[in-house]
Amino acid sequence: MSTEVQHAEPGIFHKYFFSTDHKMIAMQYLFTGMAMALLGGFFAYAFRMQLGFPNQHVPGYGIVTPGKYNALVTMHGSVMIFWVAMPVLIAAFGNFLIPLMVGCDDMAFPRINRLSYQIFLLSALVLLSSFLVKGGPFGGAWTAYPPLSAVGAYNLTPIGATLWLLAVALEFVAFLLGGINFTVTTMNSRAPGMKMYDIPLVVWMIVLASIIFMCSAGPLIAGAVMLLFDQTMSTGFFDPTRGGDPLLWQHLFWFFGHPEVYVVLLPAMGIVAEVVAVFARKKIFGYKTVLYTTWAVGFLSFVVWAHHQFVAGIDPRMANIFSITTLLISVPITEMIFLYIATLYGGSIHLDTPMLWALGFIAEFMIGGVTGIFLGSSGTDIYLHDTYFVIAHFHYTFVPIAIIAVYAGITFWYPKMFGRMLNETLGKIHFWGTVIPFNVIFIPLFITGTAGDQRRVYSYAQFAEQSRPALQHLRTTSTIALLVMLAFQFVFLFNFFWSLRNGPSAGPNPWRSATLEWTVPSPPPHGNFAELPTVYRGPYEYGLPGLADDFLPQSVPDQAVGD
Amino acid sequence: MTTEAHVHHPNYVKIWAVLVLLLIVSVVGSMSHIRNVVLIAAFGVALVKAYLVAKNFMHINIEKRWVPYLLIMCLLFIAILFAGVAPDVMKHSGENWSKFPAKQGAVTSGGPATKNE
Amino acid sequence: MSASAKPIANTRSGTGIPTVRLITWWVIASEIVIFGGLLATYVMHRLGHPEWTEAASHTNTWAGAFNTFVLLTSSLCAVLAHQAADAHDGPKAAKMLRLTVLGGLIFLTVKGFEWTKDIHEGFVLSSGGFWSFYYTLAGLHGLHVLAGMIIMLIVAADAAKNQELQRVECIGLYWHFVDIVWIFLFPLLYIAR
Repeated sequence: MSTEVQHAEPGIFHKYFFSTDHKMIAMQYLFTGMAMALLGGFFAYAFRMQLGFPNQHVPGYGIVTPGKYNALVTMHGSVMIFWVAMPVLIAAFGNFLIPLMVGCDDMAFPRINRLSYQIFLLSALVLLSSFLVKGGPFGGAWTAYPPLSAVGAYNLTPIGATLWLLAVALEFVAFLLGGINFTVTTMNSRAPGMKMYDIPLVVWMIVLASIIFMCSAGPLIAGAVMLLFDQTMSTGFFDPTRGGDPLLWQHLFWFFGHPEVYVVLLPAMGIVAEVVAVFARKKIFGYKTVLYTTWAVGFLSFVVWAHHQFVAGIDPRMANIFSITTLLISVPITEMIFLYIATLYGGSIHLDTPMLWALGFIAEFMIGGVTGIFLGSSGTDIYLHDTYFVIAHFHYTFVPIAIIAVYAGITFWYPKMFGRMLNETLGKIHFWGTVIPFNVIFIPLFITGTAGDQRRVYSYAQFAEQSRPALQHLRTTSTIALLVMLAFQFVFLFNFFWSLRNGPSAGPNPWRSATLEWTVPSPPPHGNFAELPTVYRGPYEYGLPGLADDFLPQSVPDQAVGD
Repeated sequence: MTTEAHVHHPNYVKIWAVLVLLLIVSVVGSMSHIRNVVLIAAFGVALVKAYLVAKNFMHINIEKRWVPYLLIMCLLFIAILFAGVAPDVMKHSGENWSKFPAKQGAVTSGGPATKNE
Repeated sequence: MSASAKPIANTRSGTGIPTVRLITWWVIASEIVIFGGLLATYVMHRLGHPEWTEAASHTNTWAGAFNTFVLLTSSLCAVLAHQAADAHDGPKAAKMLRLTVLGGLIFLTVKGFEWTKDIHEGFVLSSGGFWSFYYTLAGLHGLHVLAGMIIMLIVAADAAKNQELQRVECIGLYWHFVDIVWIFLFPLLYIAR
């Protein structure tokens, strides 16, 4: 069956800004996410300069006052999670890959797809507008606990607080719409012959992430409405003097907040799976096991949330229960990592840049994972909560997710997206220049955190027992490493934009991958497939004996294979 | 594009009549002074009405089986939410903690605004 | 917007359910968690604050019951629209959908009068725990009723021309869900004493 696209060539506005083509929408999300990443990185630069060189003028920013520090850390966290990790991992990769990898011509509902980006863009603009208002952007931390977040007199950013809440709410709506589209397309629009277990893992992961998001966002949406009313309409949902409870917000937030980290983890693991299979020339070890453990992780993620609240005043008996479930969830995730390592074992490893990033993900994420054990046990968490140990732990998970796996995905699919190859040498320089400094940023923070350094404090100067001047060299080292890491990102930016025009032309399948997106031209035309494919096998048929080549694409019929 | 009828259509007016009857039962029952009667009239009837709407109007029972399972899974997550949050929010004291404003019978209706602008 | 603008992706059906109905079920699933979260939160507070009974007694049970009747009847119209669409009778489906919208309009109007009275008696959003939840719950529900009405009118406009009849069932499903939410809101807000 062939697609016949009969409409006229669209004008520039329609092609780039009003398109319903999933690939263009993916690019919109990708570039918006990349731009927001520059912003999020800049915020980290500013507050780490304050921490490394306290009360000095920060070049390009100015003096970091206490209020500005709070806004910087709030905006860094919010931007990185909601406007970088989610749009790039889920919306950009999901939009680009899903129709191509399941073998159809677009998403099931292209206009809803376009609407979801428009709402997302609006959410980003609302957030950015908070930088222009009196008081500046919200400074109550990305977790927005009331009463701080509910009362303007406390957070000193009353308008920013409401704008932040509206921006997050709009972002949620955008991802609900987008996620439902991905799910329906994957369930219904697959190529003939593509059964459930023939779907590439990255597609499964993005869909499962969307489902987890859909099931966890609801209570927080309800909570956000309540917080909005507390901020603007004198209600007392979270005000204990009026019958409310601040702990309620914490529960509603983390009921979403914990599944959210798996919402971003799953697509990252999916990307790594694709890259590992291609560059080890080996089938994923235990595809079905990976899938079933992912379902287990997805479900378990809903029963661990209160480990973020061990010291908040929850009933200690609840802390027992949540400790157990939290330690339990580390089992399936570890199993998935082991399955990836088993895939690598005995494979024919090609250390191209995407593979370096994928291997980097596995190594760094494991460090993040094991350090989580100390935080998941309520006993040790009592000491470590709100210290830099927590920050180091979640950056050892979030940076692999939002940065390392994203670079794996970009370097892997760049040829397909843009029809050009990235420069390998620059890619490798960028890789080492990111990963090594990354460790130098956060290992000192494990040490300062264990020594007792508290989070969200702009300067320890006023707190004698906190100041620990002997550790200042560690804080400064961390800051300098961040500067180095940020500097190396310019290597990537240069490589990315320079190669758009000057990189060598990429054919349809430069990495010799077996999945469907590599059977179409690079970049794919509108409608994707000149002839819609039929699928005959799973997505990872590599290294099979007796073949002319070392892999068998999904859409090649069996009788076309040599004996 | 036209629909291929995938459902058998029962007599919807009859079902509507049952629903209205149940509504009357719930209103009348709620005027009782016996607490259990009120609860059953209010919530028991609500459950029955919801089931009737889901089965007869939404045709959930003819739908693919995983659809009601998905919806039930969502309800299960809400039950988990309730189970995890109610011990802190619903109760006013527990092991080693108390909510003093709540235990004093905090302001219920009207009441001065706090420091909100 | 005609069928020829739809991608092949929209017309395939790996699950056996048409894509438009499939997306409707997913929308309903996510709405269950939104309303469920708000309702669960309300129930926790209501059970933990027995002193709210006094405030709750001021809601108008007859208005609530009448509105329940209105929504049930509008659901009847919605499913009759589905039946008409299955019989390929677009104009009749459109008529039943428009009657459903009328039901929604009556619902919102009654609520408008009800809330006007409540506000005149001094019960506003910030009048304390019960009223904050009452207005938030019923308000969120009312917004969903309004959104449903608007989408339903758009679907009816197409159905009247015998186009996109598969959407009639789906907007009906959404409407039934909104009805079911109200079926639970009614006892929670109007009856429970």
